[in-house]
Amino acid sequence: MNIKHHLDEASLLSYAAGSMSQSMALVAACHLSMCPQCQERAQKSEAIGGVLLDSLAPAALNENSLDQVMAMLDYEPSVDIAVPKRISSKRAGADQTDLPFPLGEYIDGSLDSIAWKRIVPGVYCYDLPCKSERGGVSRLLRIAPGKSMLPHSHDGNELTLILRGSFSDEIGRFTVGDIADLDSEIEHQPLVDSDEDCICLIATDAPLRFSTLLGKIVQPMTGF
Amino acid sequence: MENKPPGDDVENIVPLAQQNTSQDWSDVLAELAETKDKTLFVELFKHFAPKVKAYIIRLGLIESSAEELMQETMAAVWRKSHLYNRSKAAASTWIFTLARNLSIDLMRKQKYPEYSLDEWHEEADDNDDPCVDHVLSSRMGLSVNKLPEEQAQVIYMSFYEGRSHSDIANRLGIPLGSVKSRIRLASDKLRSMWRDGV
Repeated sequence: MNIKHHLDEASLLSYAAGSMSQSMALVAACHLSMCPQCQERAQKSEAIGGVLLDSLAPAALNENSLDQVMAMLDYEPSVDIAVPKRISSKRAGADQTDLPFPLGEYIDGSLDSIAWKRIVPGVYCYDLPCKSERGGVSRLLRIAPGKSMLPHSHDGNELTLILRGSFSDEIGRFTVGDIADLDSEIEHQPLVDSDEDCICLIATDAPLRFSTLLGKIVQPMTGF
Repeated sequence: MENKPPGDDVENIVPLAQQNTSQDWSDVLAELAETKDKTLFVELFKHFAPKVKAYIIRLGLIESSAEELMQETMAAVWRKSHLYNRSKAAASTWIFTLARNLSIDLMRKQKYPEYSLDEWHEEADDNDDPCVDHVLSSRMGLSVNKLPEEQAQVIYMSFYEGRSHSDIANRLGIPLGSVKSRIRLASDKLRSMWRDGV
């Protein structure tokens, strides 16, 4: 996989801090699971968290804290080695179906077994049960070759990860594994330029602003 | 050193440079992973538990929930210690991610999406210098305070208060783009300070 478009530094730090909305964090985690380069960057951001943890003034513990935790240790058998193996095989399965494993928490099976909902001809969506506080959502979109998303801009951030096929927009060409990490500065209209349907995972942390009348009319339907 | 509970460990008797302190805790955790020695766990508990609880309180949870989550986090340190890989992260970083995930799971009632599940960072590049992350971690500790105030502020608001970019923008009354560029600047600066040995 040749990934050319990566997570913005500000997004990576927000993910590492745990301050990214649930819907955005899902897309970020999916890209990270596919991109060793961003994983390495994420670890450096998480190291900032480690340092900040270590530099906090200690809080007072309950008198019997340590005893209570020691008692928990005795009741919790240490995890046997089989557990990571089971997770590995789950991920191996996910690899075969081009489903990034963080999505496995939300979808059974593969990208081919999704119950798509049609928005307009050639454009389908599937909502993920993953909401953020300000009305942002995460969802899968399936768009036919030659179709484009409606031109839109954002009040907040938007992450778009390509899972199958490809699209091009004002910024460049995006293929599998690439992530478009956009904010309110940018208006764009992605056009699918692959032979097969393009499937992407999209999250916003605020509702989109469509810039055409048609977009404004279909906005209630698309739910963005 | 000044952040340790007074009289809580022998390192107060023999003062060590901060670089060494971070490295030592990673050694202790790595040894715990191998030996499952409870006396090592008690050492880690005494150092980290009060910090983990302080972190959870700063995220906005009440004291009793913070105590409970801290206990769960420290139990997870014990339970998952065999997954800890010292060449990938400092002990403080690993424990931070455990505390972060458990706190978010509780606050959102949804599991924070992780990118490598329990095999924590297993897929990352193995060719890295094994010590990079310790060095990074301990030196960064010195560096966060050296950032310009408006950059340190967005880092603290992200990590300690769990605020999203747009939440920070609203709080500070600045555009979203400014929040992101401050975070980028802070991140760049931390990295270059680290490269240059602070």
